[in-house]
Amino acid sequence: MSAPAVDLKRTPLNEAHRRLGGRMVEFGGWDMPVQYPAGTVNEHVRTRTRAGLFDVSHMGEVDVRGRDAIAFVNRLTSNDVSKLVDGQAQYTALTTPQGTVIDDLLVYRMAEDHLLLVVNAGTTDKDWEWIKSHHAGENIELRNASAEYCQLALQGPEAISILQQLTETNLEEIKYYHFTLGKVDGIDAIISRTGYTGEDGFEVYAAPEKAEQLWNKILDAGNYGTDEGVMPCGLAARNTLRLEAGMALYGHEIDENTTLLEANLGWITKLNKGDFIGREALAKQKEEGIKRKLIGFEVTDRGIARDGQDILVNGERVGRATSGSPAPFLKKNIGMGYVPRELSAVGTAIEIDVRGRMVGAQIVPLPFYKRAK
Amino acid sequence: MANVPDNLHYSKDHEWVRVEGDTAVVGITDHAQEQLGDVVYVELPKTGETFPAHESFGSVESVKAVSEIFTPISGTITEVNDSLNDEPEKVNKDPYGEGWMIKIKMNAAGEVDSLLTAAEYEDFTKAEE
Repeated sequence: MSAPAVDLKRTPLNEAHRRLGGRMVEFGGWDMPVQYPAGTVNEHVRTRTRAGLFDVSHMGEVDVRGRDAIAFVNRLTSNDVSKLVDGQAQYTALTTPQGTVIDDLLVYRMAEDHLLLVVNAGTTDKDWEWIKSHHAGENIELRNASAEYCQLALQGPEAISILQQLTETNLEEIKYYHFTLGKVDGIDAIISRTGYTGEDGFEVYAAPEKAEQLWNKILDAGNYGTDEGVMPCGLAARNTLRLEAGMALYGHEIDENTTLLEANLGWITKLNKGDFIGREALAKQKEEGIKRKLIGFEVTDRGIARDGQDILVNGERVGRATSGSPAPFLKKNIGMGYVPRELSAVGTAIEIDVRGRMVGAQIVPLPFYKRAK
Repeated sequence: MANVPDNLHYSKDHEWVRVEGDTAVVGITDHAQEQLGDVVYVELPKTGETFPAHESFGSVESVKAVSEIFTPISGTITEVNDSLNDEPEKVNKDPYGEGWMIKIKMNAAGEVDSLLTAAEYEDFTKAEE
């Protein structure tokens, strides 16, 4: 196994990943496991059917404290932070004045005067600068707290029974997109019923020096190594799971060139909450109608579409795929991409230019996969 | 450690070649399939197509990525392993056996001598890591 380049950042679980045979790759400036020996397909399917454990400690955290915390974050993000109660989390986005996306993130309301923002790994520095630069005398304190947390995501139908073995907190009582402060294996943690796989599951935040203990205890509690046990999962499975679940990935479906409305994120765009960065542009776009739209497609020919490849309708290049991969659970080749709104109807036949070969596909509803409740 | 059989020739693009008379059987190495991860799609040429040496003749896709495959020697495709259409995972399970990809009628038998031996290929992959 190769040693990481010196300038790559490492999570506190780097050695643990290597011991488990994780194949390490560079991702957003981090040295991360893309997969373990079981392979992406097995990791993906195990997460859908049992449970998968992900190291997401590379995600960034920004701590916002003070009387104006809610007002400040509400001005920077599109969703309505004022609707949150203590112990609730919200999916939202940092927006540009054009209504495009600086990053997507989770806002945790720790208290009325304390919010924790959890942002993408590769955008942490950019987000931090953006957030700081918009601090204009409000009664708040900002802290880049990224180094203060490890973050583990335990996802899948058995996530709750596995994690329950390690905590006295009644996990059943935590509703989806809510969290609580508790102890996991005696370690102080934020236990959040959130995730990025389309499954039920939890994200656990704790001090980085406790990361290995948590990781190992969860693997033990989940009978890692047995045929039906929890599997550690790498970035590749994280990506295929989120794609099947139709979730946007920053740098693919959303970025500073795509607006929230184009990306089907109108549901986190609260135009009536009061002013926020990008509100005017988004209100105007809503009134005028979007010109292009994010769609999901299923490849009907043999072949796999990948991000960046052209989408054609009736032989004309009309758009671009933003993600594409085999869907290991659905056993189809799927993808997402942008097409003109008038061509975005479900059922529309499209083609993808797969390295010069035109591969047939069809627009299908998103998400591709939705778990049975 | 990846398996590197002694009786094959290897390219720096991680293909292997087994000479059978005037025909070369080509696939990707155990090391290559390990690096790729789960192979989910293999795109191969048609029989009768001719290729110069080191030309891309198809691609192997894993869940995460696509890699081109190159013919280590020049010649005409006489057979392709169509079973990979339905069972691309054979490339992972048996890269030197059922995961073979193409058979080429060689233009010049001497071309294989420019390829790496098993020992040289092992050194090459170690140096790459």
